[in-house]
Amino acid sequence: MINKIGPVLAVLAVIIGLWYLACMPMNIRLALDTAERQGAVITPEGRVNRQEHSAIGLVIKNPQHVAGIWSQKKPRLPAPHQVVAELWRTTMEVKPTSKRSLVLHGWVTLSATGLGFIIGSLSGVLLAIGIVHNRAMDMSVMPWAIASQTIPILAIAPMIIVVLASVGLQGLIPKALISAYLSFFPVVVGMVKGLRSPSHMDLDLMQTWSATRSQIFWKLRMPASAPYLFASLKIGVASSLVGTIVAELPAGGGQGLGARLLSGSYYGQTVQIWAALFATAILAAALVALIGGIEKGVLKRMGLAG
Amino acid sequence: MSQVPVIEAKSLDLTFETNDGPVQALKDVNLAIGKGEFVSFIGPSGCGKTTFLRCIAALETPTGGELTVNGMTPEEARKARAYGYVFQAAGLYPWRTIAGNIKLPLEIMGFSRAEQEKRVKNVLELVDLEGFGKKYPWQLSGGMQQRASIARSLAFDADILLMDEPFGALDEIVRDHLNEELLKLWARTGKTIGFVTHSIPEAVYLSTKIVVMSPRPGRITDVIDSPLPKERPLDIRDSAQFLEIAHRVREGLRAGHAYD
Repeated sequence: MINKIGPVLAVLAVIIGLWYLACMPMNIRLALDTAERQGAVITPEGRVNRQEHSAIGLVIKNPQHVAGIWSQKKPRLPAPHQVVAELWRTTMEVKPTSKRSLVLHGWVTLSATGLGFIIGSLSGVLLAIGIVHNRAMDMSVMPWAIASQTIPILAIAPMIIVVLASVGLQGLIPKALISAYLSFFPVVVGMVKGLRSPSHMDLDLMQTWSATRSQIFWKLRMPASAPYLFASLKIGVASSLVGTIVAELPAGGGQGLGARLLSGSYYGQTVQIWAALFATAILAAALVALIGGIEKGVLKRMGLAG
Repeated sequence: MSQVPVIEAKSLDLTFETNDGPVQALKDVNLAIGKGEFVSFIGPSGCGKTTFLRCIAALETPTGGELTVNGMTPEEARKARAYGYVFQAAGLYPWRTIAGNIKLPLEIMGFSRAEQEKRVKNVLELVDLEGFGKKYPWQLSGGMQQRASIARSLAFDADILLMDEPFGALDEIVRDHLNEELLKLWARTGKTIGFVTHSIPEAVYLSTKIVVMSPRPGRITDVIDSPLPKERPLDIRDSAQFLEIAHRVREGLRAGHAYD
């Protein structure tokens, strides 16, 4: 563990360093405009005159105003500390019931993601069982499952929202369905592979004991597929979150991390967008880590972690 | 040997339909195996020795001729739990302990919990693995894993033990040891054993009857009833009688090869 932390921190430091550097050309014009309005002397003078100068050139000519680059209210690229401060403020300092609270938005997104993930992985497992046991399903389901994933979710999500709203379904369910739509696929693929992982010899052995299909399923195929299942659940849960976020963009209602992203972009609140983006990433990492933890526990109990 | 054969094949044929046309895996195989015999099948790859064993186990269906096991069809014999099968790989489930693996066929066949425990204990003793029941397969050496798989095939008291190159993947030292163990086990249990191998010394050392087979089409070229005594220390392999039988097996294999 210890020897892993070093490299991770080094990479993190490099990323943060590059980020601060990238803020310079991104935000210099805005910083100089603001400073000029407050009476500072800028070379060259006037916003229009600066347009033909390169951003880097402006940084070099006005080193005394560099600090302003990292403290704009609506910067093109917020500095890391601004994002962290926003994250802190909207999670710790705002009441969780407030609509500015990322805890509230995070919870709304998380609940839809959770429900979608459960629906998605259950239907994924069921489809996989069907595919493995039924030749007709084997031939017919997979092409459709693959086709379903080639449709851009961004295009189809608003239609699903509209259609479901017209039959009175709003809020959690439509979001969960879109989330399930994305998460079932990796589970189907992984589970089919897992259920088919027993060798010919394993199956022959079962046959010499006159095992029934259901005995083969519960005693051989199911346990053999466990490692495959967890690998695809980890991908599935991340897809689930993406699906929920995408569903929250057109869903309106103003709640959820997706809605937060959208409203941020309406009002040019870049800091808010980045904070919501990071909240999403943290949530995804936490969900994947949770599945990873369950995987470790289950496989260890099964004696497979050796 | 008893009068009524346990396994009897009469002009058995098996043709596989493949993409390159039909392949005759077995042609006119006639063989009777009596109760308590130890029969080895030896021959080069493709001679049908494994296929024949699989036919006995009803894992393949012959396309012609007759095959009976305990007087029944192979299918019926399987349902009557007539045989245990041991493959080249131990095939233990990594997610089950050794005891759990041995219980697997017992669970499938519906033995009671108490009966399962009792049988696991018995067969673990039989293969010298007492105290390893709680271990997982990866904690055991290859030879021990194969012993566990033999224990698993013995757990439900089948009279016939079918072994498809069970020691093929093990090194020679381990193999010698397991051969000795297997003979002891055979003496104690009185089972009928069908044993596929491509090692001449292994076949001669173990068997009461050696069936020499040759390929394209798979058929029997020689059946040798071994005159060796039932009690066989490892150094019997240096005796003149042993070498004589080995020589005859080799001759039989060579005769088969002259065909192609």
